[in-house]
Amino acid sequence: MLNMKKSQIMMVVGALLLLPLFFLPLWKITLNAPQYPIPLGVNIHINKLADVHEGDMQNLNLLNHYIGMKSLPEGMKEFVIFPVVVLVMSILGLIFGFVGKKNQYLFWFILIGLLGAAGLYDFYIWMYDYGHNLDPRAAIKIPGQMYQPPIFGTKNIMNFKVDSYPALGAYFLFTSIFLSLAAYLKDRKTP
Amino acid sequence: MRIAKISIIFLGLSMLMISCGSNNGNGATGGALQGNIAAKTYVAPGEKDEFYAFISGGFSGQLAVHGLPSGRLFKVIPVFSVDGEKAYGFNEETKPMLNTSFGFIPWGDSHHPDLSQTNGIIDGRWCFINENNTPRVARIDLTTFETVEIIELPNSAGNHSSPYVTDNTEYVVAGTRFGVPVPQRDMPIDDYKGNFKGALSFIKVDPEDGGMNIEFQVLMPGFDYDKAHPGRGKSHGWMFFTTYNAEEANTLLEVNASQLDKDFIAAVNWKKAEEYIKQGKFSTMETNYAHNVYDEGTHSATSTMVKEVRVIDPAECPGVVYFMPMPKSPHGCDVDPTGEYIVGSGKLSANVTVHSFTKMMDAIKNEKFDGERYGIPVLNFEDVLAGVVQQPGLGPLHTEFDGKGFAYTSFFISSEVVKWKLGTWEVVDRKPTFYSVGHVMIPGGNSQQPFGKYLLAMNKITKDRFLPTGPEVCQSAQLYDISGDKMQLLLDFPTIGEPHYAAGCPADLIAPNSKKIYKLEDNKHPYVTKSEKATKVVREGNEVHIYMTMIRSHFAPDNIEGVKVGDKVYFHVTNLEQDYDVPHGIAMIGAKTSELLIMPGQTETFTWEPRGPGVWPFYCTDFCSALHQEMQGYVRVSAKDSDIKLSWSLDDE
Repeated sequence: MLNMKKSQIMMVVGALLLLPLFFLPLWKITLNAPQYPIPLGVNIHINKLADVHEGDMQNLNLLNHYIGMKSLPEGMKEFVIFPVVVLVMSILGLIFGFVGKKNQYLFWFILIGLLGAAGLYDFYIWMYDYGHNLDPRAAIKIPGQMYQPPIFGTKNIMNFKVDSYPALGAYFLFTSIFLSLAAYLKDRKTP
Repeated sequence: MRIAKISIIFLGLSMLMISCGSNNGNGATGGALQGNIAAKTYVAPGEKDEFYAFISGGFSGQLAVHGLPSGRLFKVIPVFSVDGEKAYGFNEETKPMLNTSFGFIPWGDSHHPDLSQTNGIIDGRWCFINENNTPRVARIDLTTFETVEIIELPNSAGNHSSPYVTDNTEYVVAGTRFGVPVPQRDMPIDDYKGNFKGALSFIKVDPEDGGMNIEFQVLMPGFDYDKAHPGRGKSHGWMFFTTYNAEEANTLLEVNASQLDKDFIAAVNWKKAEEYIKQGKFSTMETNYAHNVYDEGTHSATSTMVKEVRVIDPAECPGVVYFMPMPKSPHGCDVDPTGEYIVGSGKLSANVTVHSFTKMMDAIKNEKFDGERYGIPVLNFEDVLAGVVQQPGLGPLHTEFDGKGFAYTSFFISSEVVKWKLGTWEVVDRKPTFYSVGHVMIPGGNSQQPFGKYLLAMNKITKDRFLPTGPEVCQSAQLYDISGDKMQLLLDFPTIGEPHYAAGCPADLIAPNSKKIYKLEDNKHPYVTKSEKATKVVREGNEVHIYMTMIRSHFAPDNIEGVKVGDKVYFHVTNLEQDYDVPHGIAMIGAKTSELLIMPGQTETFTWEPRGPGVWPFYCTDFCSALHQEMQGYVRVSAKDSDIKLSWSLDDE
């Protein structure tokens, strides 16, 4: 490490910052309503969905069944693919860091950017399906009411104010991406 | 002319008197002018009260949970009486709680709540309360606010000097108010004197789980043991009981038990009694009493009959009991937070008499006795006397302490609370109560650490204080601010039953531990159904067991066929919810029982014996959700000889 360039250290640290994603949530969706002084919340991890408070997902499913929403999934193909992608990118980032070539930093930056965008798109598709693919026998049907939760930001859905924002894991991911770009920019002028 | 003038003067005077009288009438004069009184009890919407008050429900048999200073009622905890709202004593799970040596008894007379303590300070774990009529003591768990244990007292009648918790909740006590033959037998009532006994039971409390068992009884002469108070601090290890009817009268007690100038405070050294028990100096009496325990895991109670009790005869165990003379049929027996002063309230006396623990110990050490009664040494009144509060009022009943050196005594006859100073015995303030106060309560005011901000007066008579409701009007309590030099009446509020006594403590000691749900995975009820897939209906002869679940907003199953006239149908219903404050209820047409009101994660059972063929509906009784009205189902009942097979479904699945 001591012989490494600053850019190399940045790349290595950036690659390592992906690893906390295995236990930190990437995204958090919170449902606020007067009857819920403690809001309902779901943490989205790379490998699972998790309660913010014990029982939140069960209680959310209970509410959602009135409007015909499917239950929150326990297993999804994404929860298998995402961890592999993150692990591979982390290893690749470490290799690039130790090798120390600026174009590799750029390649890694572009690759993770594309993968991130793909992940977000996949998330959007899932949210769309979740919000639109409703049981036709649902008890409550409100013409014109959209049930799709926002991918980013705040939206009112029936009696709930739904917040959807990055969680702690996402900030590690952003930092990681930023560090790879910074490593490239630092070395850009050098041959 | 002169007569006319005099008449006018008299009329004028009488007008003046009337207007004065009406001003003095309601006790809160100037309340509106002072303005701040309303603010002192105002708890804004969404805000919470500072203190819990557990107020006895008296002849309702229950325990009410109020908040102070608002006086708002939060919950009525069923303890000794059935409660159709909560199915207590109606569902199969809680019926055993009301079992006694006399069988199932649906009603009780609850009197004195008291909170568990550690080192003489309220610890907020359990509330104990006694039942007077069929002698019992109950324990309420303050994480669930449910009655979890009831123990019956053998050899006892009128369990009044109870439960009163020692410094470390080593014991709750249960002294008998009515002398009875021990053991019970057929004998002339006239032979009361010398033959009837009064049992003082010492109930040991397990420091971990709160479980109670009767460690021993002290078999006393047949006086009436009215109230009790454990020693505190320096007097820890002693229990003090007031007695009346030291005359041992068995008829017209209002006259015949009021003849002696002095009755007694019985000082019982329970640590000494424990030594005698260890040495085997006790007799084991055959008896029969119920010990009922509710298990939170199985959500069910069991009742066990206990067949014997250990008894100590104080005449044969010197050093266990001493009598201290106390004027005129004392009621309250109250020990100050330091443990030095024992305040007796001679209810027919004009004075409040205070004994000194130090002087009592000296007199015992020097064996300065003034004779004995039934082998129990009687101490000299003057030798143990600490002081007398001279003429504070009429009919002193009960005293609590503020921890700042003051005592507050209720006066039933003169209907007031009097504040006086320990040590100097001078009266410093008095305020009327409306009307005829019984006990008073300061949160922590009977422990080593009172929280001397409020005093609650519990009245025996309400009359015109609230909107009338026919001949029977509500019971009431009144809240006084005692943080200043002078007491200030803040609030009247209604209570249930008769508020004999209350226990209070800061909400912080209890609220954070209050459970929100029962975890479904921890449910060990023998008939639990943990998912809709596991629901079923099972026939065992003419018993039909329905394993049912409830969740927003349906029962599973909700269509059941194959039940026959003559069957006994058990609805074992599990609430699958795991969200705070989402109970469901269930009621069945024609079921001779109450509804069930089932908390998330809990299982309860009711039975139904259909009388005739038909299709009979059941429904959810608690407005659980937007589709609560749709939460309903049917049971088809066929003739006895029908061959319709048992079947069950939800949405045809």
